[in-house]
Amino acid sequence: MNSFKRFAFLLASILLIGVLAACGQTEDNQGDADDQTQEQETNADNGSNENNDSKDEDKKLSGTIKLAGSSTVFPIMEAVTYEYHKVQPNVQTPLESVGSGGGFKRSTKGEIDFSNASRPIKDEEIAIAEENGIQLEEIVLAYDGLTVAVSLQNDFVESLTVEQLRDIFLAERGNTKWSDINPDWPNEPIKIYAPGHDSGTFDYFNEVILEEKPMREGEGVTLSEDDNLLVRGIQNDPYAIGFFGYAYYYANQNKLKAVAIDGGNGPVAPNGETIQDGTYSPLSRPLFTYVNVQSLKEKEHVQDFLEFFMNGPAAKAAEQVGYVALPEEKYQEQLANLKKFYE
Amino acid sequence: MNGFLSKEEWKKRLNRRLFINRIFYILFFAATTIGLIFLAMLLYRVLTQGIGYLSWDFIKGFPAPYPEEAGIFAGMIGSVYLIAIVAPVSLVLGVSTAIYLEEYAPKNRISRFIQGNIQNLAGVPSIVFGLLGLTFFVYIMDFGYSLLAGGLTMSLLVLPIIVVAAQEAIRSVPNELKEASYGMGATKWQTILRVVLPASIPGILTGSILALSRAIGETAPLLIVGAAAAIYSLPDSLLGPYTAMPIQIYSWVSRPGEEWPLVAAAGIIVLLIVLLLMNAVAVFIRNKFQKRY
Repeated sequence: MNSFKRFAFLLASILLIGVLAACGQTEDNQGDADDQTQEQETNADNGSNENNDSKDEDKKLSGTIKLAGSSTVFPIMEAVTYEYHKVQPNVQTPLESVGSGGGFKRSTKGEIDFSNASRPIKDEEIAIAEENGIQLEEIVLAYDGLTVAVSLQNDFVESLTVEQLRDIFLAERGNTKWSDINPDWPNEPIKIYAPGHDSGTFDYFNEVILEEKPMREGEGVTLSEDDNLLVRGIQNDPYAIGFFGYAYYYANQNKLKAVAIDGGNGPVAPNGETIQDGTYSPLSRPLFTYVNVQSLKEKEHVQDFLEFFMNGPAAKAAEQVGYVALPEEKYQEQLANLKKFYE
Repeated sequence: MNGFLSKEEWKKRLNRRLFINRIFYILFFAATTIGLIFLAMLLYRVLTQGIGYLSWDFIKGFPAPYPEEAGIFAGMIGSVYLIAIVAPVSLVLGVSTAIYLEEYAPKNRISRFIQGNIQNLAGVPSIVFGLLGLTFFVYIMDFGYSLLAGGLTMSLLVLPIIVVAAQEAIRSVPNELKEASYGMGATKWQTILRVVLPASIPGILTGSILALSRAIGETAPLLIVGAAAAIYSLPDSLLGPYTAMPIQIYSWVSRPGEEWPLVAAAGIIVLLIVLLLMNAVAVFIRNKFQKRY
């Protein structure tokens, strides 16, 4: 009996702690003030100079910067927040990978500070933001080349025109074999590996190549949100073709062959230069993050973070993961425009 | 000789029965082996892939954009915090529900209806609980994308499992024990507290082990209620941002590059170790109570 009482006492005390903690949080919870509360708590800890407006270099900031959005932009932002944490260890930077649309769903309600996106914001999303009194400002972080890839074992495809891409991917063209696209190619079924319909990558392909018409489905078509699965599917099958972000091709160059795309001016293969200068058209695209202007005006750590990544780390991170950075002056130009909101 | 078997006939039948006996033994043994083979394959794969990245730095480290520097500490602590919320909330609610349904509720249509619904809830896909948590805890209760919202969502997810297991355990307490207690003049509450609960604790804990193991491995609901994929700090309050081990592993698996699946494998090893430790504690408590009557 005694040991049961001890067990019951243990259980009761665990519950009590839980209840107390739950009560404690209601105080923090008033309004949307958890950021500020944390800020004050941490500031109190390290005797901060929050009220000191002078911009000395080793000033320690604290608070929370919330980021969410595209999985394509995720690697850039992850590297940037990682570097920033070394400089400002008291600033929390929770970063979520929920897709461009998922990010805008939150940023247009004002729930996050940075909304990462692999496509520009849509008109209906701007409308929602305005309804909620939120202003979002666009920042171009880097360029991504959408890469159409085939297996290294594929010895017949070197380049494709936009029209041929449509022949391959559009349902209405009714082609299922390589010989349907070009009579010189083998009489073998085309196997398609494509990102799922929720991804920004598919959105982009859908817009510029498919022109919003339905893509082939069913037999011979594999859709997946996991880009590594697409890479694995294509690498061992000479008759497979697929598309994904340039970073996935870049990380798997020894397994895949990037198809040169002919957008009307001869075939161009994706690489750093052709993506940045726009000759790899129409499959290169800008990657964005949208900053909440109100956070930018009110939160010093958001301003500091913005200045931090626009002065080098964003460009470095983009190169590291296989995207293409903007020219240095473009970052400075954008930063100067954003500084007008708070200086 | 009518009515009796000849010796040959008898031998034939005996052999037949022994043969059938043997067949079923092999069948059941094979069924067990198949499960074990897959478990062994999984462990072998995970261990060979992940062991290279498993080090003290990996356990102590925060997520990083580079495979060599990535660590699972934020996820591990986040998962432990989550379980610290899930365990008391779901155990207290679940066991109370089970006591009410078994001991107090009249056996009528309404209680059968509740009963059926709870069993159905145990089979609802976890993503649905994620959506429920998003609507209720994140928005209506205004907890935001916080540790508390994540923990409470997980509690809801495992609650039905705990209720069903606890009911089963309470029902299996011999009636004689309860009647003896009543016979000594004990009230219903005294009987429940001093006779029924101690006798059913082993059964309740077995169900809870299964339920909490599920909670520590779930990814889908946490993705919806906002566990971060990259965070360099530990949750500083119940309303702080957080991450959990399955979220980290999921995020590593889906990255470009050959090293990331290996890092994910190392993460899986840590997840397994934490899971085993947690279960070991529960089994230890259960064994202490095993021979109560």
